[in-house]
Amino acid sequence: MREITAAPVEEIKQKYAYVTVNDQQTIIVPVDKLMEFMQGIKDEFEFEYLTNLTACDYPEETKLEVVYNLNSICKGYTVMVKTIISRDNPAMPSVFPIWGGANWQEREVYDLLGIVFTGHPNLKRILLDDKFDGYPLRKDYQWESVRE
Amino acid sequence: MEVNKEKSRIETAKNEIWAPEYFGTNPDYHNMYEVKRVISAAPLEKILNLARAHSIWPLGFGLACCAIEALMGANGPRYDLSRFGYEVMRGSARQADVMVVAGTITKKAEPFVLRLWEQMPEPKWCIAVGSCAISGGPFVDSYYVVPGANKVVPVDVYVPGCPPRPDAILEGFIMLKDKILNKRKVVAGQ
Repeated sequence: MREITAAPVEEIKQKYAYVTVNDQQTIIVPVDKLMEFMQGIKDEFEFEYLTNLTACDYPEETKLEVVYNLNSICKGYTVMVKTIISRDNPAMPSVFPIWGGANWQEREVYDLLGIVFTGHPNLKRILLDDKFDGYPLRKDYQWESVRE
Repeated sequence: MEVNKEKSRIETAKNEIWAPEYFGTNPDYHNMYEVKRVISAAPLEKILNLARAHSIWPLGFGLACCAIEALMGANGPRYDLSRFGYEVMRGSARQADVMVVAGTITKKAEPFVLRLWEQMPEPKWCIAVGSCAISGGPFVDSYYVVPGANKVVPVDVYVPGCPPRPDAILEGFIMLKDKILNKRKVVAGQ
């Protein structure tokens, strides 16, 4: 059985000066450097597998956090990368050219939180139907119960 | 054909239908009692219902976790739905006569549940399994859930539980059998 090694967060931080690392060893990247950073750590640190792509809404701070869980199968470590975008104009580049598995996960994030991934090949709703109005995982989403 | 008023109706029919030019001289065919001994007449629908009730073909179709209990758990060797003759899960709605709605119906699933129901040939029945299919269950306050299968299809038997045990599914099938055999309202415990 392979030993579980810690992710080289410090090396990544030294190599890319614009990232910050918080207490939970999460890497926070500014959104304009996202594609360059992701391509860089995929090539150099062999994060060849995008395990999870999700997002979270913070209405008080008017921001949306997009979370990437990256996994290196050959090296055996995991890292979490976050990026922060504005809640009013939620547009950011798609990582589909880097990891093909981002296709449906970005569609899910678009479906439930309304983040527009520019460069995505087929950005439309995946879980809800096309006529659905609103983005239900946003904290200010309102709906009527169907309880009788 | 003029009915002879003086003879009984059976005798007239006997003379008309069981005429010797059709059946020769065999005395069995000229004796109505012999015919009655051999053939037991009943309403055809009752006989068909007897067959329908003892060989239900469910549609193998699950929407959520209740399908694990209703289709797989009840069908497995421990509970063995095939003891009652209901094990023939059909992959096509056109061959099935019972739809087991096992799980939450979301609004996206609503059109295809209705479409599968309409594809099933008559006569057909529906069993709603689990609290989601009965009323929406714990997700009834959610934004994307239909509050019960009876909003989409007419339901014959409700099996409560979250999810119900396979025993309860068997009970539901047996209640459906009772309902098919005698077309009356079947209430649990009566």
